[in-house]
Amino acid sequence: MPDFILVVKEDCATCQLVVPVVQQLAKLFDLEVYSQDNPGFPPEINVIDDTELEKSWSLHIETVPTIIKYDDSNETGRCFGWDRKAWEALTGESLSPELPGFRPGCGSMTVEPGMLEKLAVKFGTGSLHSRRVITATEEDDIEACFDRDWSDGLPLVPPTEIRVVRMLTGTFRNPDEIIGAVPPDYGECTIEKIAINAVMAGCKPEYLPVVITAVEAALQDEFCMHGLLATTYFSGPLVLVNGPISRAIGMNSRGNALGQGNRANATIGRALQLVIRNVGGGKPGGVDRSVFGNPGKYSYCFAEDETNSCWESFAVEKGFTSDQSTVTLFAADGMQGIVDQKSREPESLARSFAAGLRVVSHPKMVMAADAFLVISPEHERVFRNAHWSKQQLKDKLDELLMIPGEQLIAGAQGIAEGIPEKFKEATLPKFREGGLNIVRAGGSAGLFSAIIAGWGASGEMGSIPVTREISSH
Amino acid sequence: MSTTLMDPTSELMSEHREPLPKPDSLDGLTVGLLDISKARGDIFIDRIEDLLVQRGIKTRRYKKPTFTRVAPTELTQQIATECDVVVESLAD
Repeated sequence: MPDFILVVKEDCATCQLVVPVVQQLAKLFDLEVYSQDNPGFPPEINVIDDTELEKSWSLHIETVPTIIKYDDSNETGRCFGWDRKAWEALTGESLSPELPGFRPGCGSMTVEPGMLEKLAVKFGTGSLHSRRVITATEEDDIEACFDRDWSDGLPLVPPTEIRVVRMLTGTFRNPDEIIGAVPPDYGECTIEKIAINAVMAGCKPEYLPVVITAVEAALQDEFCMHGLLATTYFSGPLVLVNGPISRAIGMNSRGNALGQGNRANATIGRALQLVIRNVGGGKPGGVDRSVFGNPGKYSYCFAEDETNSCWESFAVEKGFTSDQSTVTLFAADGMQGIVDQKSREPESLARSFAAGLRVVSHPKMVMAADAFLVISPEHERVFRNAHWSKQQLKDKLDELLMIPGEQLIAGAQGIAEGIPEKFKEATLPKFREGGLNIVRAGGSAGLFSAIIAGWGASGEMGSIPVTREISSH
Repeated sequence: MSTTLMDPTSELMSEHREPLPKPDSLDGLTVGLLDISKARGDIFIDRIEDLLVQRGIKTRRYKKPTFTRVAPTELTQQIATECDVVVESLAD
């Protein structure tokens, strides 16, 4: 190794200014000079051509001039721009007293817009191990993704190397890190594979930590992703995001929260589904045997509205703080609306909710499917005005949803469906303990709420909602 | 220009895409016979049809309006809906 490495560009007034210093140092030390734009600059010394920027990229140069000191091949110090005291301390020499004491440097050509990703693709993709698929000369990129069966039915963003490199800037985690094995094929899932699928889904890099956490949650044994995928039932994974990250990345928790139109909501849920499809091999007609599926199997993702609610959030109920960001996965069906435009008393509105919740799966089925009740601001106001806590409402719903066995047994009400005769004298809860959850979301106008029913195999026998903190590291 | 894409799958499957498998037998299948409207193509198709019918295999005949252009979408959709297998005559 040389004593010093210096990186400059001719198109930089500070680099021009320090030419006499560079010439002085070149006589005193083993100095390697790299020029980003003109190998003839600085004049009268040996300069190494770095117009391809490989050396600048590998040295993480952000400013020119940058001078780096080496002792026994190890970097022991670096200075940016021109700062006489710093350069003199680094070199131990008295340097050009006629120059001003300080001039800031210029931006390195490696940090021009889009350049870092281009250089990472050019010099740094050795760390990305996914198979490269070369399309045919006349093949359309988006059609190529359809033809390879990667798509959920909608166009995908073609996962080029530069897009994947850019996506990976959204996490500090190593692309090689294995998250787990995704059912049904139990394909090995790395951060890199998640990033590729997040690109295809249309995610921004800043969404990647949410997607990674959603995949991690899906792979928890208690979530039962394999069974959820294989079931003939309607359900698929719903992603609920809580905490500051939902606001930081601009997720929608208000009007149309469960609908279209927000990039983060739309693409995070889609990315999870694409990981299941592509890494796990879970496809309709294959292991996915759902009779109907539901529209949320394209993407089912929203944020809780925590800033306008008088209640603690779902994540806080689960023991997290309001400063923590979390992902919750729930094995969910489509959504059923509840309209109640007349109740102004909490007891009355709770009865409306209970009547709507009673029919989840089937009016005569109990302790089978969990449910999330998504309460709108105008419905929440009824409870806010009456000073009802979320727990009070839950307790009231539990009370209202205790159902006499005689209404539930097979044959009752002229319906063959039902529970065994032996429960005739019992009184049974509609939901298993902890099976009914409440979150706040939705637009400011409209006395509506929404029931998101769960998989008929909710709970220990099937899927339990999983909440995980989103790690920023 | 070709593009380099990164494989989003678990890479358990070959990158090479096989065509659909050919059936082991034509028993019970419907064979479409597509004449592309090139001269004497119909003679070839007629003979193929004779041989198939002799074996008790159901056939359906189709004809492109002109060999100079790709088949109209309606025609390819009709063939895909009505047939299990198609024989396309390229005789001249």
